[in-house]
Amino acid sequence: MSDLLAARSQMAMSLGFHIVFAVVGIGMPLLMVLSEWRWLRGGLEVDLLLAKRWAKGTAVLFAVGAVSGTVLSFELGLLWPKFMSWAGAIIGMPFSLEGFAFFTEAIFLGIYLYGWDRVPPKLHLLAGVLVAVSGAASGMFVVFANAWMNTPAGFRLVDGKPVDIHPIAALLNPSSWPQSIHMVLAAYAATGFVVAGIHAYALLSDKGSLFHRRALELGLLVGGIGAVLQPLSGDSLAKSIARNQPVKLAAMEGQFETETRAPLRLGGLPDVEQHRTRFAIEIPGALSYLSYGDSAARVRGLNEFPRDVWPPVAAVHVSFQVMAAIGGWMAFVAIWAAWRRWRSSLADSRVFLRALVGSAPLGFIAIEAGWCVTELGRQPWIIQGIMRTADAVTPMPGLIVPFLAITAIYLALAIVVGRLLIREVH
Amino acid sequence: MPSLEFLLGIVMMVSLTFYALLAGADYGGGVWDLLAQGPRARQQRELIAKAIGPVWEANHVWLILVVVVLFTAFPPAFALISTSLHVALLLLLLGIVLRGSAFIFRSSGATPVPEKRPWGRVFATASLVTPVFLGVVVGAISSDSIRMPGEKETLGYFFTWAAPFPFAVGLFAVVLFALLAAVYLTLETDHTALQDDFRRRAIACEVGAGVLALTVFLLAGQGAPAIRERLSNSWWTIPLQLATALMALGTLWSLWARRFPWARVCAAGQVTLILWGWALAQYPYLVRPELTIHNSAAPPSTMEALLWILAAGVVLLFPSYWYLFHVFKGDTIADRPPALK
Repeated sequence: MSDLLAARSQMAMSLGFHIVFAVVGIGMPLLMVLSEWRWLRGGLEVDLLLAKRWAKGTAVLFAVGAVSGTVLSFELGLLWPKFMSWAGAIIGMPFSLEGFAFFTEAIFLGIYLYGWDRVPPKLHLLAGVLVAVSGAASGMFVVFANAWMNTPAGFRLVDGKPVDIHPIAALLNPSSWPQSIHMVLAAYAATGFVVAGIHAYALLSDKGSLFHRRALELGLLVGGIGAVLQPLSGDSLAKSIARNQPVKLAAMEGQFETETRAPLRLGGLPDVEQHRTRFAIEIPGALSYLSYGDSAARVRGLNEFPRDVWPPVAAVHVSFQVMAAIGGWMAFVAIWAAWRRWRSSLADSRVFLRALVGSAPLGFIAIEAGWCVTELGRQPWIIQGIMRTADAVTPMPGLIVPFLAITAIYLALAIVVGRLLIREVH
Repeated sequence: MPSLEFLLGIVMMVSLTFYALLAGADYGGGVWDLLAQGPRARQQRELIAKAIGPVWEANHVWLILVVVVLFTAFPPAFALISTSLHVALLLLLLGIVLRGSAFIFRSSGATPVPEKRPWGRVFATASLVTPVFLGVVVGAISSDSIRMPGEKETLGYFFTWAAPFPFAVGLFAVVLFALLAAVYLTLETDHTALQDDFRRRAIACEVGAGVLALTVFLLAGQGAPAIRERLSNSWWTIPLQLATALMALGTLWSLWARRFPWARVCAAGQVTLILWGWALAQYPYLVRPELTIHNSAAPPSTMEALLWILAAGVVLLFPSYWYLFHVFKGDTIADRPPALK
């Protein structure tokens, strides 16, 4: 394994691990707050019980998220010092904003988790609201920094160096809002669905449980709204990618030739030797329409670009298909849930409950796949069009050692956390 | 008007001070968990867990703030530190990950009782090891030996920090953190025997801190001559050394006299003076011998924007932080130790 590959693997693994906890840290506070709010408004005792139960699980996940996030902030320098040396002054803004969001989140989570008997109920709820808001803000700020890597802005390039740095323009680069909204919705959808799935599983054997019914409602409310809005957000993100990162879009869609009336390909496997995508179901003109709002629009294919700036096409395309398919299914389940709620009650249909159980992990798979799309799709660049990943890596040799060390620790942590959560659920 | 990079250097030092005084004590608590013994070992551990639980995550964020300000305002220094001290930082990170995770695994109600003990061990051991590497990093950037290693050079990644001086600084950090923790813990309980346990430990730490301060100073002759020169021959040498010594004696006296709130003020003052003394001696360098706050500073537009964000952030941060401590430490701050339930 080359040092570059080891560094990339370590970064991918660290991000892929942290994102699970980060997402839960965005979604769970909202669920806890909603349940506590129901209780405060004269709801049922089970609503309070539910908020407390969720809080217990969240305490563990948040702590692991905090420490694995710390690892990432150091890894920016440990693995990519040349990138940070070049870009630190430009992308520092979102990270420093994130720092304060994280402060707020950690402070009020402490109050929320340990302060049930120490602060008045309304202040307790307010602490929870602040955790939910700052958790979402902190996630968005981090994605702002990633967005800059996709669409660098806020500086002029002179002799390969950035000058005239404009931190606000860098912060609000073209991908910032589309990407971060997509991420936050994903967090709500994934967390809501996993919560719904867990409580649906409990309802399969304990149909009458009010506790699980109330939990299911909230899980589906948060997850469902996220899942229904997500395709819209995905559409706006795709249009932004079409404008700003045509190579990434071509890889996502397996589009080799530049063409008008480009088809949308469902499934399929790109073959980079043959320059075509096989086994896909093609919807004529749909890609042109989705990218530019005109079914006759011209979509640029990979062949228009030199081979050495192609990302790993098959991996990007397949990841994108996985994410989009799961997104479609989750939106469908959300509508199904709304229909069931309107017709009778959520917990009455065993088919529906089983579907929820099956869908529980899907949001997280979609999130991992989505990050594969955005990160692999930007390769070979670490800063799109400006700095290659290979030129950013640390000169330190033997990078396989830290990669294996971090992997081993995270694997162990994943097992421990998984076991804890299973016990928590039972 | 001081320069932007000077102001941001001050911000980093203030954050580092808060980190040492707050998160440092959390690490120190872990050290006392590891060394808990005697008839009240269990109560000692429970008191530590209760004291750390609600605040350690917020306290930890000061470190993130230091890192973020470093890479935003002084990008080349961040790149150099993280390249040449890769291994030491990795060990620091492993410590941070294990400390935080093991602490929460131990306190989680879902953890089976027989597994709590091993997690406690991991938490306590990591609390001991992590500050050593924190000190090692501080020692290494002070030691005039960090230059960008060449492409094929491997030894540079170890030799810059695996030396007596950085490790002495690491041990010094551990003892100071343990001192802070022991002093603070005397105020977390009104159980006299338990107070006495930590009072004795605090006194021992204060003596140990004196010995280590001397050791660090002696080793600096070889390991960090430039810093040592500044510490011993500047206009501020005598007032600083006097003030630090007074704080140390004040800590000892107030512990002896069981004036625990005063001991807390003195111990925190002592650690603060040690840190700022180091900063004065290190100034204007970030990483000796090449990078200063001036030659590694980001463009002014970045530093200005960062200062605005920091100013706005502080307005949000301090009231929130005050409230957190008011809720969980209010009775200790008001000098009325809470009953141990």
